Amino acid sequence: MSDVLTAPSPITTSPLSWREAGLLEQNRCPSGDLEKRWTRHKDNLRLVAPHNKRKLEVIVVGAGLAGASAAATLGELGYRVKVFVYHNSPRRAHSIAAQGGINAAKNYRNDGDSIWRLFYDTIKGGDFRARESNVYRLAEVSVKIIDHCVAQGIPFAREYGGYLDTRSFGGAQLMRTFYARGQTGQQLLLGAYAALQRQVAQGNVQVFYNYDVLDIVVEEGKARGIIARNLITGELHRVAAHAVVLGTGGYGNAYYLSTNAKLSNATAIWRAHRRGAYFGNPSFVQIHPTCIPQSGDYQSKLTLMSESLRNDGRVWVPRTPGDKRPPQSIPESERWYYLEEWYPSFGNLVPRDIASRAAKRVCDMGYGVGPTGRAVYLDFSDAIKRWGREVIYQRYGNLFEMYEEITGESPWEVPMRIYPAVHYTMGGLWVDYNLMTTVEGLYAIGEANFSDHGANRLGASALMQGLADGYFILPYTIGDYLASQLFVKLSTDTTAFAETERQTQDRINRLLSAKGTHTVDEFHRELGKVLWDTCGLARNAQGLSQAYSEIRNLRERFWREVAVPGSGAEFNQNLEKALRVADFLELGELMVIDAYHREESCGCHLREEYQTEEGEALRNDDKYAYVAAWEWGGENEPPILHKEPLKFEFVKPSVRSYK
Amino acid sequence: MHFTLRIWRQKNAQDQGHFETYEVHDISPDASFLEMLDVLNERLLKEGKDPVAFDHDCREGICGSCGIFINGRAHGPLRNITTCRLYMRHFQDGETITIEPFRAKPFPVIKDLVVDRSALDRIIQRGGYISVNAGSAPDANAIPIPKPAADRAFDYATCIGCGACVAACKNASAMLFTAAKVSHLALLPQGQPERRERVKQMVMQMDMEGFGHCSNTGACAVECPAKIPLTAIAQLQRDYIWANLTPDPYTR
Repeated sequence: MSDVLTAPSPITTSPLSWREAGLLEQNRCPSGDLEKRWTRHKDNLRLVAPHNKRKLEVIVVGAGLAGASAAATLGELGYRVKVFVYHNSPRRAHSIAAQGGINAAKNYRNDGDSIWRLFYDTIKGGDFRARESNVYRLAEVSVKIIDHCVAQGIPFAREYGGYLDTRSFGGAQLMRTFYARGQTGQQLLLGAYAALQRQVAQGNVQVFYNYDVLDIVVEEGKARGIIARNLITGELHRVAAHAVVLGTGGYGNAYYLSTNAKLSNATAIWRAHRRGAYFGNPSFVQIHPTCIPQSGDYQSKLTLMSESLRNDGRVWVPRTPGDKRPPQSIPESERWYYLEEWYPSFGNLVPRDIASRAAKRVCDMGYGVGPTGRAVYLDFSDAIKRWGREVIYQRYGNLFEMYEEITGESPWEVPMRIYPAVHYTMGGLWVDYNLMTTVEGLYAIGEANFSDHGANRLGASALMQGLADGYFILPYTIGDYLASQLFVKLSTDTTAFAETERQTQDRINRLLSAKGTHTVDEFHRELGKVLWDTCGLARNAQGLSQAYSEIRNLRERFWREVAVPGSGAEFNQNLEKALRVADFLELGELMVIDAYHREESCGCHLREEYQTEEGEALRNDDKYAYVAAWEWGGENEPPILHKEPLKFEFVKPSVRSYK
Repeated sequence: MHFTLRIWRQKNAQDQGHFETYEVHDISPDASFLEMLDVLNERLLKEGKDPVAFDHDCREGICGSCGIFINGRAHGPLRNITTCRLYMRHFQDGETITIEPFRAKPFPVIKDLVVDRSALDRIIQRGGYISVNAGSAPDANAIPIPKPAADRAFDYATCIGCGACVAACKNASAMLFTAAKVSHLALLPQGQPERRERVKQMVMQMDMEGFGHCSNTGACAVECPAKIPLTAIAQLQRDYIWANLTPDPYTR
């Protein structure tokens, strides 16, 4: 194997920099009336006849909400679909952990909801950093998602009359969130999984378990397949297809501690980026306000408590900093309900970015509670008094149990302690209106793309977007491309496949031969700490430029000092982890550059230099009303920035106020 | 806290496998069982040794990836909980803990504590769904469903597919798993058109995979992290008898 081992390219230390290219205006967004755009666009897409669909192969990477729903639907349409998952079953993706609910503009409550209002709330929630066309389409198809999921037998919450129940959620003044107790993501994912299994039974879809996709093969500018590693045997496989769809989720695990599942990673999207796919807004990372605070260094992940809890829970801290009395014995008059005070019209239901920053602010001011002082109370005593235990159990029973198991404290007796944690990445691969990346035939769906949430995602909108992309958008738009691929003969016996496989093997060999003394997790924790401190809840130019050189050094040390025992030709979980962390190290650099370059605050991105006197985000629409789409500049070369201007024809970007 | 761990080590499916003993020190009582194994693995890696392979992912009890047989019980000494949600404060300081994979013929060992549970997916492939294509559904409120029916269907639908029911069963039966899906769909109007075929096919696949028969001891429900009640099995039995013994009015 040593003959394919190239010398590791030295990581040169250079100051944080980037190059600027021209404007990126080709996004395939239709024009004209907003309400008619998607319909008209669909009518203009090319079609593939049923007998030809059988001749077209599509690879879907990942089987979360987006991947599973897309694969099942493409199978229903008659395409030949191959799904690759690193799990031991397609039912395990992290969509399963989503708790709160899924938004849809059904207006079953008769409370004045409409597609327009869902669109407006989403684009405002995203702090005017998303495309109008995409967001409107998302709101439009949201209603079909609920119909389809009910038909699949998903047991949504119902009222006694037998009709669907809904609840309110952060960032909205309407009750448009459908839910299945605190396990909405699980129920929706199992619905998509079941639909996928039906296609497997019918022979339209094949699912490959325990396969890690380590690279994308691009031939003549078009995505032609993947290099996948069989995690059990260690073998590398070449798989060819007419199109490749990435539904691989977000990259929040770059921070080491996050609410993401332990295996969630950026490898497929990062490798795609290196092969020519632009990366959109990499620094837009959502920090979720209601997570269980960290308790020790051994900690491997943070657990989220659904935002729906803020419907009935009241957030407070003691009015006296450092008050160590148990919360129950602090009288009402000495409790500071800071969200209700600062944001009277939305109260505890302000959007996530605002709730997270407010928690940081009160803790920075010294009001934090718990052993570390980095937590605030989320109190249910009023709600229990008003509604009774039974109702609260119906709404949040499993969440209360989960909290008690982890912390040993019962939320029925004492308020929960919560603190913000990394949760979701609005950034992701840049895609056009058809969800295609800048590599032809390579699509990104769900959290893996950047498209719909701007600089901040509203609660209950991730499930909506994943399923919108998978059930109702990609199945239409991919046909337009596949129609041009009918006569392409697939072969894995090409230079591009051989070269990509060789590079993958090379990466594996380099990791195995480093034979250092530090574990992968040690590097990962260090990266996580740098990112959390400098590119987390609040950012500034000095911290970011320092983080940039720290990450570079860390990356350089990683390749020299990492310990990956065992071989590549066996089941080696540590090698899998090392490959993922290697990519997080590169992506971390780009996140920092993106956060540095955006000299404004918007949504989740709070640059300390740009805020109002009250500590609210200060946007700069004149200079930064664009999507930052980053092109890979090459090894040790600065990335290249393409700006996609955001045009607001139907809404007027306003100062986001939840007061 | 300090523990002596007897861990099942098996290189691959062909290997015979054996127990190895490890000591771990300075474990926080608030660490989860998997975080305790992380600490052991970090040490093994630093010593250049092969870490213990185990399945895990979400670490919040919902993905169904983890599954370890601890001191003779699926997911350890507590009832109705996944391994990832088991905390070390539930063990005695200085205790010897025996750690094995889920054992069942249809779950072959891949390595150490990792087993292949794809047999469960093949049971679902035989009808654990409602056959509806995207795009063809009527309005979601077109069919009212009584709240108690929806709530009971939900209780059955929460199965996480971890396989603890199989590991806990002396017959390695997958009855609770299969029954959860059969019952979830049997309680909903959308599930009726395929109800007969579903139960017949899924039970047939369960038998073909080599899972044992159910003898109603209820060990499965004690360990099930999703708290699937035994009434699911009663529902499956009723549906199975009904589907096999009564004439289908729609076939001649």
